[in-house]
Amino acid sequence: MSNPSPLHAVHEALGASFTDFAGWAMPLRYGSELAEHKAVREASGLFDLSHMGEIELTGPEAARALDYALVGNLSKVKPGKARYTMICDAGGGVLDDLVVYRLADDHFMVVANASNAAVVAGELRERAKGFAVEVNDRSATCALIAVQGPTSADIVRAVTGADLDKLAYYASVPATAAGHDVLLARTGYTGEDGFELYSEDKHAADVWAALTEAGKDHGLIPCGLACRDTLRLEAGMPLYGNELSVDLTPFDAALGRVVKFDKGDFVGRAALETRRDADVAEKVLVGLKSEGKRAPRHGYSVVDADGVEVGTVTSGALSPTLGHPIAMAYVPVAVSTPGTALAVDIRGTKTPVEVVKLPFYKRPA
Amino acid sequence: MSNPENLGYTEEHEWVDLAVASATVGVTKYAADALGDVVFVQLPAVGDKLTKGEACGEIESTKSVSDLFAPADGEVVEINEAVVDTPELVNTDPFGDGWLFRMRVEDEPELLDAAAYAEFTKEGGE
Repeated sequence: MSNPSPLHAVHEALGASFTDFAGWAMPLRYGSELAEHKAVREASGLFDLSHMGEIELTGPEAARALDYALVGNLSKVKPGKARYTMICDAGGGVLDDLVVYRLADDHFMVVANASNAAVVAGELRERAKGFAVEVNDRSATCALIAVQGPTSADIVRAVTGADLDKLAYYASVPATAAGHDVLLARTGYTGEDGFELYSEDKHAADVWAALTEAGKDHGLIPCGLACRDTLRLEAGMPLYGNELSVDLTPFDAALGRVVKFDKGDFVGRAALETRRDADVAEKVLVGLKSEGKRAPRHGYSVVDADGVEVGTVTSGALSPTLGHPIAMAYVPVAVSTPGTALAVDIRGTKTPVEVVKLPFYKRPA
Repeated sequence: MSNPENLGYTEEHEWVDLAVASATVGVTKYAADALGDVVFVQLPAVGDKLTKGEACGEIESTKSVSDLFAPADGEVVEINEAVVDTPELVNTDPFGDGWLFRMRVEDEPELLDAAAYAEFTKEGGE
């Protein structure tokens, strides 16, 4: 029923528990998700992210087409660099958050969330009409393996031989791994230093094996999507469907900085200008922390000192690194200042929480 | 995975040991594996009168929260303090040190035997 990843047999041999994620059967965990989380913070973790969507744009007007299709200024991104950006609808609502790699002057790769990959590919095709550009959805045959954690550079250097001192955060370079062509990028979703290797699906098992072998001396273990979620939450990174949705603009999510108006027309421009100028944010995204062990979770109500419901939790968990519950929530601006005391209704019990600055966790410099 | 023969089972993935005067209750290995790392356990209090099928506590893992259901009518006579302090016992020893509470049952409940429970989980019982 679910689409298997090109690494499915590898995961089965490793004893993974699987979860259905946007139509893909992906590893949820291999053993303990807490041990996997810890490995990424203290050594390194190996992730299969082949469910992510990859859409390539090629042609002399690829940059112009993306400037029109997305909220970012992609023509200003230099070849070899990447940018975090979003695709919005005409009303300014977020259709997805994206990482866009510029591979050459006339060649980009847009990486979309698995749940939105088809929508993004369809929108890009539609919005690219009239530009000299070709749009190819490579999601079905493009594998993605991530190595994340403080020892990841040693592992990736051993496998690819790439000069990583020259590979900055949010940059990419063509490389080889296990004899195969890969796109090597210094990007991730964990709050740690880390790398992502894009390859053809038929080469994924070789790349995975080479990284596993090189990682033996560096504490590398395979990691599933369960710990990926707690890692990104600690790092204060939004997840589409939780912190981001088509009912929200980038400004609502405190990510207005990704919207660039110093370019020509783009889809959503008028609505986003109005939203920016009105500054009508009823609610903003904040961090919450609490004591004890019971975590606020997605959908729980945030209440003020009088017990009146004022907002909603978007993501929450007992932070494996910090040892106390953390959450993100949309609350009114008036109660969004760090230090503000609020409460979350945790299955009938009003549990005190405090508004804190995001991210919850920052890796040691 | 093997479900001990001496225990009875519910379709809520709890096991019940009726061999002693009070019944001992825990969750099965199948349930523990499905939950992932358990980080918080909320148990009924000693003296609580439970009705079969009612939610009487919670098991929380990193990813999810599940209710505990009373497997029988009766009174709670003891709770496992060790599992409250060290919830990962539910993962490491679900049929042993990870037991949850003991209750004096009024009528012996109808339970699945180990073979029937194994069959139930094989069918993907949730």
